[in-house]
Amino acid sequence: MSLDVAHLDVARIRADFPLLQQEHNGHRLVYLDSASSAQKPRSVLRAMDDVMERYYANVHRGVYAIAEESTARFEGARAKVAAFIGAREAAELIFTRNATEAINLVAYSWGRANLVAGDVVVLSEMEHHANIIPWHMLAAERGIELRWIPLTADYRLDLTQLDELLTGAKLLAVTAMSNVLGTINDIPSLVTAAHAAGAHVLVDASQAAPHTTIDVQAWDADFVAITAHKMLGPSGIGALWARRDLLDAMPPFLGGGEMIRDVRKDGFTTNELPWKFEAGTPAITEAIGWGAAIEYLEAIGMDTVRAHERELTRYALDALTGEFGDRLTIYGPLDTDHRGGVISFLFPDIHAHDVSQVLDEAAICVRAGHHCAKPLMRVLQVPATSRASLYIYNDTDDVDDLVVGLQQAEQFFAI
Amino acid sequence: MAGLEDLYREIILDHYRAPRNRGELAVPPAHRVEGFNPLCGDEVVLYLDVENGVVRDVKIAGQGCSISQASTSMMSAAVKGKPVAEARTITRAFKALMSIHESKIGGDGEEVDVADELDGVRLGDLEALQGVVKFPVRIKCATLAWNTLTQGLDEIEAPA
Repeated sequence: MSLDVAHLDVARIRADFPLLQQEHNGHRLVYLDSASSAQKPRSVLRAMDDVMERYYANVHRGVYAIAEESTARFEGARAKVAAFIGAREAAELIFTRNATEAINLVAYSWGRANLVAGDVVVLSEMEHHANIIPWHMLAAERGIELRWIPLTADYRLDLTQLDELLTGAKLLAVTAMSNVLGTINDIPSLVTAAHAAGAHVLVDASQAAPHTTIDVQAWDADFVAITAHKMLGPSGIGALWARRDLLDAMPPFLGGGEMIRDVRKDGFTTNELPWKFEAGTPAITEAIGWGAAIEYLEAIGMDTVRAHERELTRYALDALTGEFGDRLTIYGPLDTDHRGGVISFLFPDIHAHDVSQVLDEAAICVRAGHHCAKPLMRVLQVPATSRASLYIYNDTDDVDDLVVGLQQAEQFFAI
Repeated sequence: MAGLEDLYREIILDHYRAPRNRGELAVPPAHRVEGFNPLCGDEVVLYLDVENGVVRDVKIAGQGCSISQASTSMMSAAVKGKPVAEARTITRAFKALMSIHESKIGGDGEEVDVADELDGVRLGDLEALQGVVKFPVRIKCATLAWNTLTQGLDEIEAPA
């Protein structure tokens, strides 16, 4: 069966990804781990080669021609990322190593300047460790209190006690899309509730940005963290977006070159935004590669990306429940209005690692483990799950191969 | 090309489905020790009853993949009733089987022959785990129970 959703030609897209052309054990590679990290189209690889072969130089320093081109393209990439997420201006877009560093930047800079013992930070039970540990560290250092939004039976946020949880809170830090459950959270409603309670909102959009339209202004969020490598870009670069007034008031994060306006023996003054938060030579090649990835996604259109993944997720959920029924537990909403293409599942009697091992024989790449969300695993009362995640280069053939692989795993480990 | 049958030998699946020595011992007198594989969430809990230098009883608990749980079961059967020194010898031999040669680290750089490490040590069922070596990411699954055992024995033997 093939889908003709929103005219997304998956075969043509797949042809743009050199890595997907290979075979293992005589099987074509079935890559179902984009929630961990996505593959890269040729245009991204070319853009990065082009930097290093033609105009690589450090940014914001040299007056020579290639340094000017390098700087212009680096800042051009920043403008592309900023526009992609609906930022008012590129100066609000701070390049970091990844989303994890972006959240740590907020915890370290804004958190230490604004939170004192007894202050409350509200998280959800479906957060990635990247949006948990920085707050644990601040809790240990400052004595802040962490509260957790629980889950409903259908793996969505249980907002029945939200107002109580937000009472006295200074920050709500929440994911836009769960990297385990696929759940898409209603960020505008959460922001409205948090702001009404006087709390700022940090959105972890690592999982959402590659798959849905992000608009930080429509969300009315205060901080948003994203990362390039899950959205067809290279690893090693991510970004923090934040409102200018917040960034202006925040103390710097890392100290060093680039982030200063003036340095004397007795002190320093900080640079303008966004460079105030970008100490040291940045990931120049990676930033430009990220810009190329965004061009690739925009050429497809994020509405088309979402429509394709929604249909393919529906197909996959139906295929898995149709074939395995109650023998396979799927952890996540079954309603594709409220979920993305991240599908976590578990055979009760077969460990996720063993399932992955059998799938690997057929060159099917899925993630097995706790997905950097151990508090969620404890809520689900499982040590680990397998996770298949879908992207623009996946189609129904990939899902069909997954089902066959899972049939083999079930047979192999049959008691 | 290593196949699934190399990894999942029947004896391994047997230990996974019907683990030996599953349960708990009263602490004290027994010593309880936990081992975790932080990357995948595998968990091993050992209850060790050691007296007069002999591992008199072992009980195991925890959860994880077939390799980690089968290895834990096999380990418990292999060291139960053995002197601590012999348990440590079996541990060294098993880790040599997994291509981990601790005596080499910081040593004189001479190659350590697996056969030397295994010399005179009867691994029995444990040899079924040898196929794990062909799947490098799974070696840590197989060695978790043994590292946990070593930690437990070290804690028991540490001066109070």
